[in-house]
Amino acid sequence: MSLANVDKSELMDQVKQQIAVANAQELLTQMTQKCFKKCVNKPGTSLDSSEQKCISMCMDRFMDSWNLISRTYGQRLQREQSKF
Amino acid sequence: MSDFENLSGNDKELQDFLMIEKQKAQVNAQIHEFNEICWEKCIGKPSTKLDHATETCLSNCVDRFIDTSLLITQRFAQMLQKRGGSGDL
Repeated sequence: MSLANVDKSELMDQVKQQIAVANAQELLTQMTQKCFKKCVNKPGTSLDSSEQKCISMCMDRFMDSWNLISRTYGQRLQREQSKF
Repeated sequence: MSDFENLSGNDKELQDFLMIEKQKAQVNAQIHEFNEICWEKCIGKPSTKLDHATETCLSNCVDRFIDTSLLITQRFAQMLQKRGGSGDL
């Protein structure tokens, strides 16, 4: 079975998009869990301003951490590959 | 991905594309996992930037986790070998 070229590039785009959505969902889920844990110690009747501030810093640091780990892992993969 | 493998059949371009996307997704999943583990190990109270010590902790955490995984895999294989065909672990 072969796909027409138009269908194929459409399929490829869809695959890429679905992966991107899944990736964003994973980030969002983890970020919410980690930052809730860090910033909301005693849940009150609303999120107070210091909790909100903590959450937005936590989100930024979470992305920093993700990016740093991505770079570190990339470098490690390259080192491991150059061993062979 | 197995549905895709059927669908892509003998279409080389599509097969290659899917293989690469699959690998990228696996690397990404691994980064999520590392970030989850190393965040717990290295991050204290969130502040305005990641300080140098935290950055070092995060990247050491990734490398040592991989080392640990390699070491355990190796030792585990030895364990299995030593016990030979005795059947129980």
